[in-house]
Amino acid sequence: MHPLLAIKHLNKTFTMHILQGKIIEALVDVNFEVAQGEIIGLTGKSGSGKSSLMKCIYRTYLSDGGNINYHSNDGIVDLVALNDYEILHLRKTEINYCSQFLSVIPRVTALQVVAQPLLKKGIESVIANEKAMHILNSLGLPEALWSGFPVTFSGGEQQRINVARAIIDPPKLLLIDEPTASLDPTTKDVVIEMLLGLKKQGTTIVCISHDDYTLDHLVNRRIHLEKGIIIN
Amino acid sequence: MIEENKFATHYRFAFIDEATKREIRRKLLKAIAIPGYQVPYSSPEMPIARGWGTGGLHVTLAIIGPKDIFKIIDQGSDASVNACNLRNFVHTMTGVETTLDTNKATIIQTRHRITEEVLNKNQIFVYQVPQPEPLRSVERYENKTRQMHGEADYAKMWVSLYEQYVRHGDIMLGAGYPVKVNGRYIMAPSPIPRWDIPNLNNSEAIHLFGAGREKRLYAVPPYTKVEPLEFEDVKFHIEDFKGIPCFRTGYKKAFLDELYYDDGSKHYVINDSNFLDKLANKETPIQHENAYLNKLDHEA
Amino acid sequence: MKHNSENWLLKVEGLTKIYGTANANSIEKTGPLFDSNICPETNAIVACADINFELFPGEVLGIVGESGSGKSTIVKMLYFDMEHADGTVLFNKAPYIGKNILKESNQSKRAIRNHLMGMVYQNPRDGLNFKFTSGGNIAEKLIMAGNYHVGTIRDKATNLLEKTEVPVLRLDDLPAHFSGGMQQRVQISKAIANHPPLLFLDEVTTGLDVSVQAKVLDLIRELQQELGIAMIVVSHDLSVIRMLTDRTLVMKNGRIVEQGLTDQILQDPQHPYTQLLVSSIL
Repeated sequence: MHPLLAIKHLNKTFTMHILQGKIIEALVDVNFEVAQGEIIGLTGKSGSGKSSLMKCIYRTYLSDGGNINYHSNDGIVDLVALNDYEILHLRKTEINYCSQFLSVIPRVTALQVVAQPLLKKGIESVIANEKAMHILNSLGLPEALWSGFPVTFSGGEQQRINVARAIIDPPKLLLIDEPTASLDPTTKDVVIEMLLGLKKQGTTIVCISHDDYTLDHLVNRRIHLEKGIIIN
Repeated sequence: MIEENKFATHYRFAFIDEATKREIRRKLLKAIAIPGYQVPYSSPEMPIARGWGTGGLHVTLAIIGPKDIFKIIDQGSDASVNACNLRNFVHTMTGVETTLDTNKATIIQTRHRITEEVLNKNQIFVYQVPQPEPLRSVERYENKTRQMHGEADYAKMWVSLYEQYVRHGDIMLGAGYPVKVNGRYIMAPSPIPRWDIPNLNNSEAIHLFGAGREKRLYAVPPYTKVEPLEFEDVKFHIEDFKGIPCFRTGYKKAFLDELYYDDGSKHYVINDSNFLDKLANKETPIQHENAYLNKLDHEA
Repeated sequence: MKHNSENWLLKVEGLTKIYGTANANSIEKTGPLFDSNICPETNAIVACADINFELFPGEVLGIVGESGSGKSTIVKMLYFDMEHADGTVLFNKAPYIGKNILKESNQSKRAIRNHLMGMVYQNPRDGLNFKFTSGGNIAEKLIMAGNYHVGTIRDKATNLLEKTEVPVLRLDDLPAHFSGGMQQRVQISKAIANHPPLLFLDEVTTGLDVSVQAKVLDLIRELQQELGIAMIVVSHDLSVIRMLTDRTLVMKNGRIVEQGLTDQILQDPQHPYTQLLVSSIL
């Protein structure tokens, strides 16, 4: 049984041309595997390379050497080597990325933000909106806010919308950055429940968290990073 | 000593020098070969000012021969000052017979009207044209209008008709309604009333258009399709005189003038003077036939 | 559907535009390395050179750069607003398959513009005729595509105005009396009137008020999702690029210096110029 993700000798350096070519090493010889259906927690201080690792997988960052072998629905592919269009296709169909902060698009209501992934797929807006409402309800976002614009919401409210959007259409691989930060304990539990629910449906999750409670209740395995190197 | 040979005899036949006549004839042939297409030409100086019919005169003088019989009308009338002056000029320059009878003439020059009496295949109809470019109202640059004609890019013209419909509920052009000739070029038929437009279509005569000031010639050869621009649901229609009879003859199916008599009374009279005279003399001139005329349900 | 690399809609190869007389060195001695578009030997201006890219159906491609980068030049050449471009542009739509559309006749170019392309300019006066009503402007496109039924034209125009959230009551009003944002929306209606597979947007929100910008961008996003039109979005504003595009070309001095996924360009820029551009976002 192939692992869903097999990362081998992954390196990432940044060359800051505007700082006279200063080189920053974000990841150094990273190797690990993720089995299908696992939930992996990436831990480490800020600047340790956790976000860089996730972004390399999602291809927001261009890796410098190494392989990220991903078991897609069409066979095993190396995410490092795929072209832009193939990556875009995977992003549309199999891999979701949920960043730490909601990227706000003006004039789109909270409900629309959450329903978007389903609408993009061509699902009827009535059904899509219903699902979105259901999730927002479970996450405790007051109905009054559903037709509001997220730019005006608090951090916690934005985060709930962010998570809702990431999980409304369960992907094969979910990359999620700090899913429970800025949430109160009850909502934290709801989110953890939802993510475990996704796992039951077959989603594999790689998440970043510095919250021990979340890590204890959610992840199967932790991977700890320090200065771009995996320790453990 | 300069010899006055040049003016020793009277003017050469038809006033214009032979080389220029040849050029105009060549341009006319080109115009006939490309129905509706404006052909630039030399437009030589004449003893009348621009804007007074030099273009029509150029065509007439280039094609007229000693055996021709010449008629000229101005807004339908043989008797207007300009018609008379031009008739005298042509007669003096050529010695040809002139007539008021539409049926008898072989060349008929006109300003802004087609005769009511039908034209036959022995006749050439010559129009005086003020503005030969039908697209001028929507595009003021000549190089652009030429390109538009070249590429059959007439959308702007259609939009201006659409706009008129939107603004007024109908297309408001009264005189000089744009037409499509031979399914290709949009042409300005000179400021003839809508009434006359259908008579260009499939005519037996040759129709030649001369714009002296703008220096363009164009033509509609016999049996050519000439269609007024119309939308599928906003159609072309001719003037409707609502069954008002001609005051002098009682005829109901001709284009009428509104006249004020000396006693202040207003009457409607047939505009085409020769047609009017013939009807008044109890003759039976044959009128143009077209679908629009037939649609008028007022008996003649 | 998996990505099929042969399925491109537009393929641009070696697109080059030079003003003035160029010599053999004009292209070599200009560009981002020289920080100049002007040939040092002949003073020819290399507006853009050796531009290569592909555009796939439904894709939104961004072209970003500063003044003089050549971004608008590319779009102007693709839309035939500019003459005498060198290079090859292949458009995968019948009957132009396999033909370099830069070399097609004026008649063909006009047909391509009317039926297969739409363009929205920064200045509404470039895309609209201010002497015609908003309906008349849209009608122009519909008539070019062979619609000669006034009732149908008005219905379609009404539909398009509704789609772009222009009050339908303004169908018979002149755009000169509209606000900037509404003028842009009328332009967008006109551009999509014939359901073209390809739409160009050239700095369409530059100069608009911020709230109006948001509305117009939102509309473009929605239309793109609903109609699946491929778009080329030219902007100097990276937030517009971020919002609308999947992939981006970064241009400087008439050359592409970097191209890639938009999020990669914005978060992991490789080329020094791209890094400079990204770090300059307010």
